[in-house]
Amino acid sequence: MKVVLKHLTKIFPNRTKNLPDVIAVNDFDFEIPDGKLVGLLGPSGCGKSTALNLISGLLEPTSGQIFFGENDVTKLPPENRGVGMVFQNYALYPHLTVLENIIFPLQNLKGDKKMTREQMEAKALEVARLVQIEHLMERKPNEMSGGQQQRVAIARALVKTPNVLLLDEPLSNLDARLRLQTREEIRRIQTETGVTTIFVTHDQEEAMSISDLIIVMKDGVVNQIGKPQDVYDDPCNLFVAQFLGTPQINTFNGRVENGWLYIGEDKVLKTTGISDQEVYAGIRPEGFILDENGPLHCRLSAVEVMGRDTSVVSFNDNMTGVSVRSIISAENRVDTSGKEVRFSLKPYKVHLFSKEDQKRLYFEEGVLR
Amino acid sequence: MDQNLDYEKIEKTAARRRKIKNILVYSALVLWALIVLFPFYWMVLTSIKSYGSYSSEYIPKFFTLQPTIQNYIDVFTAVPLLKYLGNTVIFTLATTALMLIVITFAAFAFSKLEFRGRDLVFAGFLALMMIPNELVVITNFVTITNWNMRNTFWGLILPSITSVFYIYLLKENFAQVPDELYKAAKVDGTSDLKFLFKVLIPICRPTIVTVTILKIIECWNSYVWPRLITDDAALFLVSNGIQEIRENGMGRENIPAMMAAVVVISIPLIILFLIFHKKIMEGVSRGGTKG
Amino acid sequence: MKRKELKGWLYLLPAIIFLGIFMVYPLIDVFVYSLEEGYNSASQTYFGVGMYNFSYVLHDTYFLQAVKNTIILVLITVPLSTGLALLISLALNSIEKLKDLFQTIYFLPYVTNTLAVGLVFMILFKKTAYTEGMINLLINRFGGESIDFIDGPYWAKMFVLCFYTIWVVLPFKVLILTSALASVDQNLYNAAKVDGTSPFRIFYKITIPMISPMIFYLVITGFIGAFKAYSDAVALFGTDLNAAGMNTIVGYVYDMLYGNSGGYPSYASAAAIILFAIVLSITCINLLVSKKHVHY
Repeated sequence: MKVVLKHLTKIFPNRTKNLPDVIAVNDFDFEIPDGKLVGLLGPSGCGKSTALNLISGLLEPTSGQIFFGENDVTKLPPENRGVGMVFQNYALYPHLTVLENIIFPLQNLKGDKKMTREQMEAKALEVARLVQIEHLMERKPNEMSGGQQQRVAIARALVKTPNVLLLDEPLSNLDARLRLQTREEIRRIQTETGVTTIFVTHDQEEAMSISDLIIVMKDGVVNQIGKPQDVYDDPCNLFVAQFLGTPQINTFNGRVENGWLYIGEDKVLKTTGISDQEVYAGIRPEGFILDENGPLHCRLSAVEVMGRDTSVVSFNDNMTGVSVRSIISAENRVDTSGKEVRFSLKPYKVHLFSKEDQKRLYFEEGVLR
Repeated sequence: MDQNLDYEKIEKTAARRRKIKNILVYSALVLWALIVLFPFYWMVLTSIKSYGSYSSEYIPKFFTLQPTIQNYIDVFTAVPLLKYLGNTVIFTLATTALMLIVITFAAFAFSKLEFRGRDLVFAGFLALMMIPNELVVITNFVTITNWNMRNTFWGLILPSITSVFYIYLLKENFAQVPDELYKAAKVDGTSDLKFLFKVLIPICRPTIVTVTILKIIECWNSYVWPRLITDDAALFLVSNGIQEIRENGMGRENIPAMMAAVVVISIPLIILFLIFHKKIMEGVSRGGTKG
Repeated sequence: MKRKELKGWLYLLPAIIFLGIFMVYPLIDVFVYSLEEGYNSASQTYFGVGMYNFSYVLHDTYFLQAVKNTIILVLITVPLSTGLALLISLALNSIEKLKDLFQTIYFLPYVTNTLAVGLVFMILFKKTAYTEGMINLLINRFGGESIDFIDGPYWAKMFVLCFYTIWVVLPFKVLILTSALASVDQNLYNAAKVDGTSPFRIFYKITIPMISPMIFYLVITGFIGAFKAYSDAVALFGTDLNAAGMNTIVGYVYDMLYGNSGGYPSYASAAAIILFAIVLSITCINLLVSKKHVHY
């Protein structure tokens, strides 16, 4: 089922005087297509969990509307929305076994949806198989690993065949190795069930790796919506560019003069279509080409060889971060004896942003492929 | 999914149910608050009625138009209430201060010092927590009598100087202070006493304050032991004093004066409570019990 | 090494001395007393050793009355006060506005002097030649007959005692349950809500199991506390509880020890040990039951 948000806003009034109210969700206006896995991505405290709670019905919006399919569910209490939800700490009932946890939602059904105990257990077993925990049904939550608890939580959310599945930071309580495994698991389960799924995360890698669509937000405002690769390749502002990608995009203070980008005195790139102004120049680590005659001069600091790739760490007077990090193929041997490295740049890996509002400035050469 | 019409109905019933629930909850809460507060109101009200007007009210009145402070004058002149208050203050302060010293040393030994038999002694202490006061009070009564300490402050104070429970509470808190701090202090040549007073106690101040307040409340309200150990009115504490006033004082059934006495002895703790109510409630929920 | 050992014991010394004299020694001594027959506190002599003291106490009508009173008091106040505290805490936890104010008011009885406020309850319930008393005014308003709760029929006296006991113990229970309820992971409720769980089912399937350890803690301490009831009764009925027929087991112990009927530490010890035995067995039963029903 598709989920449509129309001018959805949630304001938390500030209790303390003289402080402004907090706009946790500011004018959300977009559509989540049916059957997609969508990542709601942003730094901590940006309002993504609030957005999720608005969709689930645990919070009431200050204004705006929410539609599931064609139905306006804005004022509907959570139990009537048909959402399945997985909480950050899983919220499994600690005194109930896995089986009892999973059938808990089914026992709430009333009227003609009411099920017999056998039907419930059959249904529970079905979802347990889907998330591969059918051998753990008699355990209590505290007798299981974090990853297993996570699966139980997902099973409990799926057992009543929800219209929408909501996951709040589903991977944040797992260790690094489990996280990789579990995110593929979530992708598989979502593909098998085809349920529209929205998950919240602050980890851009997590969101990029499994989402059909990512929604990048900051301070309650949606910055950009799109397929992960599209958003990465084509960020709409400096925040999105910096938030996506590891290592982070390198940002420089630069200026555009007569259709050329200057970083310091280096005339680095032709940028047709931008008027003369001061700019932020963001260059992805993979956008550097080691080039003896390249236009960009940097002072070499360190070379980190990591098998497949080589990371060249250098300094430039106009960088805004602590260093310039570029990734080049390990086949390029770097002369570490020298004090200077020079780079030429791949134009489509260079993004320019206005100094005024940090919005993207497009130039002809910067268009991908 | 169902039709839109159903949705509106669900919304409406949900909103109405919430409203009714709120009204019910608040009325129940207000009702209980009244039951809690009413005795206090009645006590203050009665204490400012004159003896004459109180006695003539066959049907008690809920307010008075001629408040008087005569009852308050009476309780300080006709009965030695001031003496009782003074005794209680001395008893409370002395007991609390001595107890703090004893339990701080014990908690320090249990949490930071290492010596053979420590854990065994601590287990023994914990076992003592299960012993009810009623079981030991008989022998203590005899002991104090044999020591000729009846009707003395020492007789009142000595048995309540230690509390296993407070030692336990403080020890747990001391133990949370990392051992590295103690080791660092040792390396710097700090003496144990100095470490205890300059580091441990300041860090654990909240717990110590909690224990102090709880002990003060306990002392101020103690009744059974003082009753056993004092029959000389010159050493009565407020609880015994009030009982004395009730049974023998005031000459006749002077209830307004009695209420004035009740107000006077209740006020110190209520003031303490109003100032520290957050701390007291926090402390009690961490493991206080009544009595 | 030796000095270090010594230092530890030195810090412990005051506590050990006091506990030794006023806890450990009396604990042994009370059993000795209870077995010494015909002990005379003036001459400190006794005739023989045996179970006579227990037998005497168990045949003493005052003691039996005290046991009956105490058991009735326990059976009424423990369930009622725990249930009431649960209701109040649930109500407190479901509101936001004025929550702190209500909490503070409800806690007030905890810091008041039991003896002093007991007097207020006495005059509220008492019916004398001069006045009907506040409560009788209420009863009359609803068409009932006046009753003297303090010097009247047994059930009326028991009612006041139970009422006052509940009033006194409730603050502690409300406080404990309110913080227990507040510490339940809010997401459990959210999860249940999203799954359409009815409020009643949330209550008995989630709330009760989650706070069951605290409820059992309160039941156990409630039993222990109620069995030791004494000062509440004194506050309401005066020090001569036997005359009022409202004595409690602890009251009996003290009466045997001291006062007009006092001077019998052996009987007092026997009664105290019987009380301890009752409390211990009830606590054990409670613990066994809680093992079965407390969920984690």
